[in-house]
Amino acid sequence: MNNIALKSRSGNKVANRKVISDTLLDLAKENSDIYVLTSDSRGSASMVQFGNELPEQLIEVGIAEQNLVGISAGLASVGKKPFVASPACFLSMRSIEQIKVDVAYSNSNVKLIGISGGVSYGALGMSHHSVQDLAVTRAIPGLHVMMPADRHETKKMIEALIDYDTPAYVRIGRNPVEDSYLNEDYDFEIGKAVEMNQGNDITIIASGETVRVALDTACALKDSDINCRVLNMHTIKPLDEVAIIKAAKETGKIITLEEHSIYGGLGAAVSEVVSQNHPVPMKIIGIPDEPAITGKTPEVFKHYGINAENISNIAKEMIHHN
Amino acid sequence: MVDESFLKRKSIQIRKDLLEMIYNAGTGHTGSSLSNTDILTALYYGVMRIDPENSNWQDRDRYVQSKGHAVESYWTVLADKGFFPKDELKTFSQFGSKLIGHPNNKMPGVEMNTGALGHGLSISVGMALGAKKDGKSYRVFTLMGDGEQAEGSIWEAAMAASHYKLDNLIGIIDRNNLQITGSTRDVMNNEPLDEKWKSFGWEVIEVDGNDVVELVEVLNNAPYKTDKPTLILANTVKGKGVSLAENVVGWHHKVPSEEEYKQAMDELTERLEVLK
Repeated sequence: MNNIALKSRSGNKVANRKVISDTLLDLAKENSDIYVLTSDSRGSASMVQFGNELPEQLIEVGIAEQNLVGISAGLASVGKKPFVASPACFLSMRSIEQIKVDVAYSNSNVKLIGISGGVSYGALGMSHHSVQDLAVTRAIPGLHVMMPADRHETKKMIEALIDYDTPAYVRIGRNPVEDSYLNEDYDFEIGKAVEMNQGNDITIIASGETVRVALDTACALKDSDINCRVLNMHTIKPLDEVAIIKAAKETGKIITLEEHSIYGGLGAAVSEVVSQNHPVPMKIIGIPDEPAITGKTPEVFKHYGINAENISNIAKEMIHHN
Repeated sequence: MVDESFLKRKSIQIRKDLLEMIYNAGTGHTGSSLSNTDILTALYYGVMRIDPENSNWQDRDRYVQSKGHAVESYWTVLADKGFFPKDELKTFSQFGSKLIGHPNNKMPGVEMNTGALGHGLSISVGMALGAKKDGKSYRVFTLMGDGEQAEGSIWEAAMAASHYKLDNLIGIIDRNNLQITGSTRDVMNNEPLDEKWKSFGWEVIEVDGNDVVELVEVLNNAPYKTDKPTLILANTVKGKGVSLAENVVGWHHKVPSEEEYKQAMDELTERLEVLK
């Protein structure tokens, strides 16, 4: 692929929530079955403009996340296409039983957008951090779990989900994100990882905002003549097992990066595949099993070693030990 | 006009069929299903616009059974209406059957999978809201338990239903005053239910929930106020129709012994004979 922003281009930052809102607004103008549901979250979901332009297609549920998801399932059952935009921390925890039963088990075509996910609420603390959501949603049969890397991928993902009838949980962050792609001129396929950088010395598999970190790491490793494969696992479920096994066979070492607990998320998902198909050494980088430290995302990432410097060192160690 | 005799006989026949199903399966919510049998009979034989031949008919009335565990009367009624062959009742709760111990939308006629209490009203709010958005005239009926009223999510949904003026939504509470542990008042007192629902903006109508004729009339007259959802407070007897199970806590999820089964069936058969 030639549309990867391999080198960091700081300055090009757009929040994925804004992209989702703009994309849904464009699509909903043409399709009156598209609804956005909020739980007093239209501001934090960047949905104010959507609500102003299409007031009949924005349903406010108030601060009641269980009801939010149940109502969405009911709307889906009568043929609507509801997109639920609510903070990931509440959506994936308070309403998880509605997600399990009303959405996934009942096969309701509901798209759940977990906004302000990971540690993007920064200083607000563990109540507002969402670093367990991939673990819980991933364990629910019939539910897709997705995380876009940047504005371009977010747009492609939402467009792909419009006419895709499987329920899905999409987690995004709150803050502007640097580009990982140069444009939207590429094929996006649900469930298929994107090889963002070629290489056979080691593989880094990342999702969401950590894709940028993985690309920065690949650039840093290039300076040491290490060719690092970067897989953008935008769909965590269903997981692209083929790409993972191929990476294990061809590069022999895997590092996973995620803005999520080291338990139950991307690293766990990848290791489930690797250990049962082609065991190779792995490192799982994410938030350790503790209430995450508070601060701005780059500060928190640095604290837990989710940055190019630390991961380059880990990669070198893994290669050196081989 | 509703055929009163037909409705009464039907509610007894449904009881016999569900008891047979529970007895053969060796499992089931006997008391709970006998409690809501008249409500289901009223809805399916005298109230709802449905087409068993075309179970996905877009303009059909919707039924969501929030108290999913009382599924035996539901399965029996759906089979009797022809949503699926009656023979399938023999598979109830057997290995791999779609006729599980809770509503399952893999079966024709079931809208949503329920069983986790406190979910049905929110789903129904979504359906009723969808009808309003589309300008459709179908109504949405939701059956809740009285023990279930302790679930907080019900009150989230109750608030939303009146906020959105969903007069096409009819909630029904099967108020039999018992739950698995004991008296609902002792376990977690939720009374006065009528005042609670009124204060949430609902029009509340109280009925004898085991009088199938009265139920048909009351349900057909809903909504009672334009722009307001209706709550039917249906006063019922748990285990209704089988005297050994009536108002006995232990029958929530009890299967009759051979002797109890015979006694119950004889009692119902006798009642049926009288109505002929």
